[in-house]
Amino acid sequence: MPKVKIKRKSTAIDMTAMCDVAFLLLTFFMLTSNFTQKEPVAVSTPASISEIKIPDRNIISILIDAKGKVFFGIDGQENRVQLLTKMGAAYNTTFTPAELKEFSLVNKFGVPINLMKSYLALKTEERDLPQNALGIPCDSLDNQFKNWVSLAKGINGEYRIAIKADQATTYPVIKKIMGSLQDINENRYNLLTSLKSTPDYE
Amino acid sequence: MSEVSQDSQVKQKGKTKKMSTRVDFTPMVDLGFLLITFFMLATTLSKPQTMEIAMPSKEKINEEDQTKIKASRAVTILLGKENKVFYYEGTRENNIDPVLVETDFSPKGMRQFLIKKNYDIMVKVRDLKAKREVTKLSYQDFEKQKNEIISDKKAPIILIKGTIDSSYKNLIDALDEMAICNIGRYAIVDITPFDLELLAKKL
Repeated sequence: MPKVKIKRKSTAIDMTAMCDVAFLLLTFFMLTSNFTQKEPVAVSTPASISEIKIPDRNIISILIDAKGKVFFGIDGQENRVQLLTKMGAAYNTTFTPAELKEFSLVNKFGVPINLMKSYLALKTEERDLPQNALGIPCDSLDNQFKNWVSLAKGINGEYRIAIKADQATTYPVIKKIMGSLQDINENRYNLLTSLKSTPDYE
Repeated sequence: MSEVSQDSQVKQKGKTKKMSTRVDFTPMVDLGFLLITFFMLATTLSKPQTMEIAMPSKEKINEEDQTKIKASRAVTILLGKENKVFYYEGTRENNIDPVLVETDFSPKGMRQFLIKKNYDIMVKVRDLKAKREVTKLSYQDFEKQKNEIISDKKAPIILIKGTIDSSYKNLIDALDEMAICNIGRYAIVDITPFDLELLAKKL
């Protein structure tokens, strides 16, 4: 009986092909990526069949969390500086250039205007803590939210309003927001949703 | 001893050692995948979906406009708590209350009723879709014609009213049903005491 000779194979694999694939994918992701914007609160949007995509630029984003706290943000750093200056003027607060600079880097915020100074003095990672993210007042007594939106619209008329609310947000909160927008004659806006497939009814 | 060392030196000079041209790519692959992982986690590939709504402006809402809606064509949807939904047709006539029906947002609930109510228009939209397949109608033209169909004068008018117990999800679901059932005439309006009365009677 002949001896069965087991051929010893080298365990080293040629990694070149794998390397190629890895870098191909890397290139793809680098080119297609637009980075996720950090949001002060986690929000899970309800699903809808609507397939309209939101434009990239000129967006006033309104974020409403499940508890009804309202957050606000616009894009464009110069616009943010202008907005805070105007808002400060409306509420008799002046902001230092350093604070304006700091504000221009804030993506979305949710603080009453009287606490804005102390909010801007906080470190970035402390800002999203529950005790610091209070939400913007939008009651009938003190509707700062309305002022933010109308001033932002005044800076750039092309801004579109996008509302991103949690699916558990109660209806009265939504109604309050819609009512505030109605007050300043902003009657067209977008509601952000996640995708759900369209049922076929033929 | 010295001889030996000399010998080895000579050997080194004369014969250049052939290095293998193969490079171990494993660390590079590691790095590549590490970066891929980072980019995958840090990016949003798809833009979020949005739903465009147009609300009536505040000045337009007055009693006259409200009453213009023909009771026979009006359907009121009330968003209740725990994802329940109620609807009734028309309004109170000759002291007889409309029947309040309880249902939900499942395909067999609200939608069945809306499809039945809006059947003519759904058929027309379906025909238009079929026509689009054949004639290669452009998207703009298709949307335009579709809008004409769904804003038909005879189409039902849906009033969406949320109670304080309903959630944003209910509202989006209701708006979704409008899109699915091709309802062009709908509005989000405030709940009235009459609606609350009907609800209270039902519960």
